[in-house]
Amino acid sequence: MSIPILKHGRTLIVSLQSEPTDAEFVELQHELAQRVTTTHANGVLIDVTALEVLDSFATRTLREIGQTVTLCGARAAIVGVQPEVAFAMAQLGLSLDGMLTALDLEEGLALLHAQPGVGVVT
Amino acid sequence: MSISSCIAIRADVDIITARQRGRDLGVELGFPKTDLALIATAISELARNILTYAGEGEIEIALEDVGGRRGLVIVARDQGPGIADLALALQDGYSTSRSLGIGLPGVRRLMDEFDVVSEPGSGTVVKATKWQ
Repeated sequence: MSIPILKHGRTLIVSLQSEPTDAEFVELQHELAQRVTTTHANGVLIDVTALEVLDSFATRTLREIGQTVTLCGARAAIVGVQPEVAFAMAQLGLSLDGMLTALDLEEGLALLHAQPGVGVVT
Repeated sequence: MSISSCIAIRADVDIITARQRGRDLGVELGFPKTDLALIATAISELARNILTYAGEGEIEIALEDVGGRRGLVIVARDQGPGIADLALALQDGYSTSRSLGIGLPGVRRLMDEFDVVSEPGSGTVVKATKWQ
């Protein structure tokens, strides 16, 4: 696995450091679904602070990751979309509709844990 | 044109290389951060179009200087099937691949100038410019 997935309580955390290729994004999608199932995680946090571009493919894959992990019983949040990246996405008509978004990792964790049943250690 | 760079687009990693080169040239020209993101995103979408529709091609990134006014030019070139109905391809929300694209209208919105030359069977050339 080229993109590391960390576990904190029942939350999985992915910090995208270098720009992932399309193949790595798709691999991450599959890996996260697996890990949610095997670790009984109920939250997934993806940090995109370091990314300078979120194009149509990246956006679509992030949305699909959100749908996939939701189907597996968890909630996903995207954190750290940079203002200029958000501006370019809006110009293109791209959105992360249906996903939780937050400013940074800390607020993302708080947001996930504010969701009913998420982050509860049982 | 003093500075230019040409990147062959054959695989998904080339998309990343192309947009990083575009960004680097944009930084060199002193573009603000917002424009750098627009330029990098436009390159990403154009390179993706090449892979999706033509399989391979190239992205050229160059500095343009017209009477002291400087801009960054992206030229996306392929020898693919070409675009049968250009007017339709430039319509918002239109895509023949049904999968990825925000398509050409999206790229047009990101840049200041935009031009497409394409004939069925003879490939496609897209030229997009961001002025300073």
